[in-house]
Amino acid sequence: MALDRETLNQFITTLDRFVSDRLMPLEEQVSREDRIPPELISEMKDLGLFGMTIPEAYGGLGLTTEEECRVVRVLGRTSPAFRSVFGTNNGIGSQGLVMDGTEAQKSHYLPKMATGEIIGSFALTEPDVGSDSGAVKTSAVADGDDYVLNGTKRYITNAPEAQLFTVFARTDPDQPGARGVSAFLVDAGLPGITLGPNNRKMGQQGAHVCDVIFEDCRVPKSAIIGGPENLNRGFATAMKTLDRGRLHISALAVGCANRLIEESVAFATERTQFGQPIADFQLIQAMLADSKAEAYAAECMVLDAARRRDAGEAVTTLASCCKLFATEMVGRVADRAVQIHGGAGYMEEYAVARFYRDVRLFRIYEGTSQIQQTVIAKGLIRDLT
Amino acid sequence: MKVLVPVKRVVDYNVKIRVKPDNSGVDLSNVKMSVNPFCEIAIEEAVRLKEAGTATEVVAVTVGSSASQEQLRTCLALGADRAVLIETDADAQPLGIAKALKALQEKEGAELVIFGKQSIDGDNSQTGQMFAALTGMPQGTFASEVKIADGRIDVTREIDGGLQTVSLKLPAVVTTDLRLNEPRYASLPNIMKAKKKPLDVVTPDELGVDLTPSVEVLSVEPPAERQAGIKVESVEELVDKLKNEAKVIS
Repeated sequence: MALDRETLNQFITTLDRFVSDRLMPLEEQVSREDRIPPELISEMKDLGLFGMTIPEAYGGLGLTTEEECRVVRVLGRTSPAFRSVFGTNNGIGSQGLVMDGTEAQKSHYLPKMATGEIIGSFALTEPDVGSDSGAVKTSAVADGDDYVLNGTKRYITNAPEAQLFTVFARTDPDQPGARGVSAFLVDAGLPGITLGPNNRKMGQQGAHVCDVIFEDCRVPKSAIIGGPENLNRGFATAMKTLDRGRLHISALAVGCANRLIEESVAFATERTQFGQPIADFQLIQAMLADSKAEAYAAECMVLDAARRRDAGEAVTTLASCCKLFATEMVGRVADRAVQIHGGAGYMEEYAVARFYRDVRLFRIYEGTSQIQQTVIAKGLIRDLT
Repeated sequence: MKVLVPVKRVVDYNVKIRVKPDNSGVDLSNVKMSVNPFCEIAIEEAVRLKEAGTATEVVAVTVGSSASQEQLRTCLALGADRAVLIETDADAQPLGIAKALKALQEKEGAELVIFGKQSIDGDNSQTGQMFAALTGMPQGTFASEVKIADGRIDVTREIDGGLQTVSLKLPAVVTTDLRLNEPRYASLPNIMKAKKKPLDVVTPDELGVDLTPSVEVLSVEPPAERQAGIKVESVEELVDKLKNEAKVIS
């Protein structure tokens, strides 16, 4: 159900304050310690952040895509690691279940995901399976009432914290492509699951990523998302979650860009060279102006695509346009922010150095920029022929 | 026990305020407004009393224009049970507000009234005290801790150089200092629930009070711009200037 303007504004105002007063002061500490304080995670749970996109019937907030984008843009003003804590529960970790799960599966998992009691994690990528996501090698072999999973999943966000994995595994070895893949709901505590050490990442410290290894891990046949009739249809489930997820990442990129611009303007008006604030120099102004114009363009794109999705339009091409433009945009904005800061921008004391690394991921995960380009182009060609 | 919490709509504490060019006041156009931070602490304390089972009902009240409903909704989202707006477009001042609240208190009969110690716009720190004087209720101002037991409330007050604890017989008035508590953030579910909580509007006329200001603001000036500092050549010169010009050491 769409919220009225006053309610949404009040929520956004509250979140904006939570970001400024609670999250921003801890950015440096979280980055240094690679750990988000547990009490902060409790506060996020209390605010309802884990269940933003989970339907109200299952205890979530049931935000529309546009509302979600407006909220995420606010959260983008602080380190993306904070958003990552509840990111999977609102995106790839829950949406497959929301869209294709059986009633029993939804009522079993979603209420606990909405409160944050269960953290969901999405396990598709493998050592040899990245952009070619249909080439899943992890196998699921039927054995009595169970399937037996074997394989390794790589770079799995929130895996160290997860209680529930959405695992994509090949149920039909005779079908090499996406068609032989099924999606399983796998409780993280099952025997046969081990986690690799946390990957050491370029940025976003505080958000954790690792390998998940399945060795003869038995799951019941009822664990296939949507039940046994969805056998071999898991890839379609994965694809369905993408449009909304890509808009979410785009809104996040806009939020980060806004923060980088704020930091740049603040620095440029304080810092003096040649006897005046560097903000008075036109070459600095040009960088600020380009960043603002591009961030605003991305914001308009994201909100437009989100509204169209909420109105029932198919937005796969538009969502890819948003993800491509917004994430490349924030890369440029971060680069300019470091440039405006000069030597200071290369130092850890300033937030822009950290953001520069953090935002680099946006151009890669949930579909690289190059994958977005091919989605857009293929969409155009398909529409024409 | 019913708790009444008067709150005020003020310019948000993050806003850099601008004085109007004619020095008649602060420019409020397109400025973000919020619940006065000390009043938010008062609401939080009342809600905690309710959660602890000490209070049974928390009523938020404000005196102001219809736009103040926004701040009352915030109080409802933070946990108040209902709200009352005493609606006026007049420039209400502490004495008028205290009189209006006294009239409301006669209807509500709250056992505890928690004010913020002052608003961050006027900085008067008068309304709670005036209300206590008008109603004859005992007051514990600048509270950093409160404890309720056996029909009394013990209030630890932040005073110059230390703490003072006073014991008041209920019904009583408390005004909150900064360290009493740290207010929570309203969750979206609670913001949505707040829409359904009752918010009554009454006029000063209905309460039989006159809010005509008795104090006239003559001018409002922004703080003086800081002068640029100077560089001294030696420690001796620094000590000399601190002694004889700044007169901060002797």
